[in-house]
Amino acid sequence: MAQETPATIKISGAEAIIHCLLAEGVDLLYGYPGGAIMPVYDELYKFQDQLTHVLTRHEQGATHSAQGYARATGRVGVAMATSGPGATNLVTGLADAQIDSTPMVCITGQVPRHLLGSDAFQETDIIGISTPVTKWNHQITKAAEIPEVMAKAFYIAKSGRPGPVLVDITKNAQFEEFEFSYTPCKRVRSYNPTPKPDMKAIEAAAELINNAKKPYIVWGQGIILGKAEEQLKALVEKAGIPAAWTILGASALATDHPLNVGMVGMHGNYGPNILTNECDVLVAIGMRFDDRVTGSLDTYAKQAKVIHFEIDPAEVNKNVKADIAVLGDSKHTLELLLPLIDENKHEAWHQVFKEKYQIEFDAVIEKDIHPTKEGLTMGEVIEEINLASKNNAVIVTDVGQHQMIACRYAKFSESKSNITSGGLGTMGFALPAAIGAKMGMMEREVVAIIGDGGYQMTIQELGVIFQHQVPVKIVVLNNDHLGMVRQWQELFFDRRYASTVMVNPDFVKIAEGYHIEAKRVSERKDLKTAVETMMASDKPYFLEVKVEKEDNVFPMIPSGASVSDIRLK
Amino acid sequence: MEKQWFTISVYSENNVGLLNRISGIFLKRHINIESLNVSKSEIDEVSKFTIVVNTTEKWVHNIVGQIEKQIEVIKAFYHTDDETIYQESALFKIASNLLFDERQIQNIIKENNSQIVTVARDFFVIAKTGRRHEIDEMHEELKPFGIMQFVRSGRISVTKDIMQITALLNEFQEHE
Repeated sequence: MAQETPATIKISGAEAIIHCLLAEGVDLLYGYPGGAIMPVYDELYKFQDQLTHVLTRHEQGATHSAQGYARATGRVGVAMATSGPGATNLVTGLADAQIDSTPMVCITGQVPRHLLGSDAFQETDIIGISTPVTKWNHQITKAAEIPEVMAKAFYIAKSGRPGPVLVDITKNAQFEEFEFSYTPCKRVRSYNPTPKPDMKAIEAAAELINNAKKPYIVWGQGIILGKAEEQLKALVEKAGIPAAWTILGASALATDHPLNVGMVGMHGNYGPNILTNECDVLVAIGMRFDDRVTGSLDTYAKQAKVIHFEIDPAEVNKNVKADIAVLGDSKHTLELLLPLIDENKHEAWHQVFKEKYQIEFDAVIEKDIHPTKEGLTMGEVIEEINLASKNNAVIVTDVGQHQMIACRYAKFSESKSNITSGGLGTMGFALPAAIGAKMGMMEREVVAIIGDGGYQMTIQELGVIFQHQVPVKIVVLNNDHLGMVRQWQELFFDRRYASTVMVNPDFVKIAEGYHIEAKRVSERKDLKTAVETMMASDKPYFLEVKVEKEDNVFPMIPSGASVSDIRLK
Repeated sequence: MEKQWFTISVYSENNVGLLNRISGIFLKRHINIESLNVSKSEIDEVSKFTIVVNTTEKWVHNIVGQIEKQIEVIKAFYHTDDETIYQESALFKIASNLLFDERQIQNIIKENNSQIVTVARDFFVIAKTGRRHEIDEMHEELKPFGIMQFVRSGRISVTKDIMQITALLNEFQEHE
């Protein structure tokens, strides 16, 4: 929790920033120095016993590491950069955090106040540039503004629906001395982070659920962000409702829970997609009906009454019309709902999910995780990781085929165990995000699963893993292609593989160049031992698995098609 | 869903950058802002944006939700034309000799309930307040005589129903 520092002392703006970070409980941040942020770095040097700064190899890496840290811990991730190119390199991470509701505070240096607008060296309008991809941003030009703005930044980043905040601080404000005191922010008068739940809506929701014959829950990251995992489990069990998850909701309920029926969406499970159009009441909790979840909206759950539990009023009726909208924090609203819910089993309905699962198992799953063909599949690698980690690793994925396969087959027993770039689909996310996740939760095993394409977008962050000896496990599933785009080219562009064939370097040698223990596997007989060796290591470890070059991910809902038209092949 | 005219009213803090943040919401959706006015409101230190757009109700609902979500926005509403009282202002700059040479101009000024705000040696300026179509009509009437300069303000509007912004601000203050 944020600390109050009542005594006033005269310090520089740069030192004040450090005190603000410490007061907010920050002990780790990621960043990259440069001219306009140097006064703050000078203070970081003085405070290095209290605040660890990790030098990433690119500012984008700093944002993704801060995101990984935030997603794994539930705390605010912090990234810092200089003005100009340092600041613009944060934009992808900001956009990713914005669309995936990740609490993050980015601090950028800026040219001195008197040079603003003069096209000074490394001047860029980062406030203008970052506006559409931040929950809030603010430029500080006087040291005296620092405590209030920093307090507000942390409060806004973590409250309500979380998101990224950028604070841009001119260099003169970093040098200027002022009387410092810190008061944590508790409210902003124009900002209502968590709407008050309406008991009438909750009663109406309970009535619909109690009378439903084929109720179906789809939950999203709102459960994890709202710390409502227990309440979700209680609801699912009491009402006996089959429950599926969006990609960002994964791990909120254990994979082996009997009522956890799997993933919805483009490459989600067969039953959860197809039965969306057969349920009579769809209970959506903390999810936003993304197009990758719904497919064509014209044919999405039209037969069902829709109940939408949501913290952000702007999400209600945005894509799918809700018959009942329950606004508020998911933990709070589910707690209010639970006593009104009748116990039920819905066994026949649950049986339908089991039947659909069997169809998918026979057509897809068995071949993915226990293949008999020669080439290695991504699915069997994930299955080996499940076995070696006893279903208890934090899985950090990049974007593409490996991501879909990992989310389909990774097994989770704890919440916050699936960290991926869901909304923005940012290739290059996984390696730096895994660093942040591991540094935030040293007690847990963190495995980054990355494709050969995305890996090379932020491969330089191996430098951080080496320098700080961050014991993450890196698995590159190498098919020598940009696999997902290649899959679409195969299915929808007559196999014209435009710019999706990759001639890759020797990834093992690159890892070894960073003094990271590394191994390559290309045959099934070596896979199990290789994964077990990696998981048994207490150091950073790199494993490249050469997988089948032209495998496809199924099931698949083609872009713009209905969830009912999901393809098994 | 059919496109129609909507007036979006936004009550907000008066902060640097908020205009950019709000206009970005329209930009992201490729929706053109027809007119925009920013001024103080009935509440001290609270600004009011009045934005006119031609779009569908689905989109205006979406946009207002996104606007209201911005930290420094207190409340945003949308209304159709018949739910508001609205006006625009226009200035016409016309060569002074026409005022004497073309008798018809004086009739146009009278019939349109407009005023001459200044007369100089070379030009005079007519001010007209009214609805968009009234100003458009006057523009059409004056056009044949030659208009040196023309400008029209954004729409300003008040709603027929009550706007409980003060009550809302108090409610936010009580929230922890």
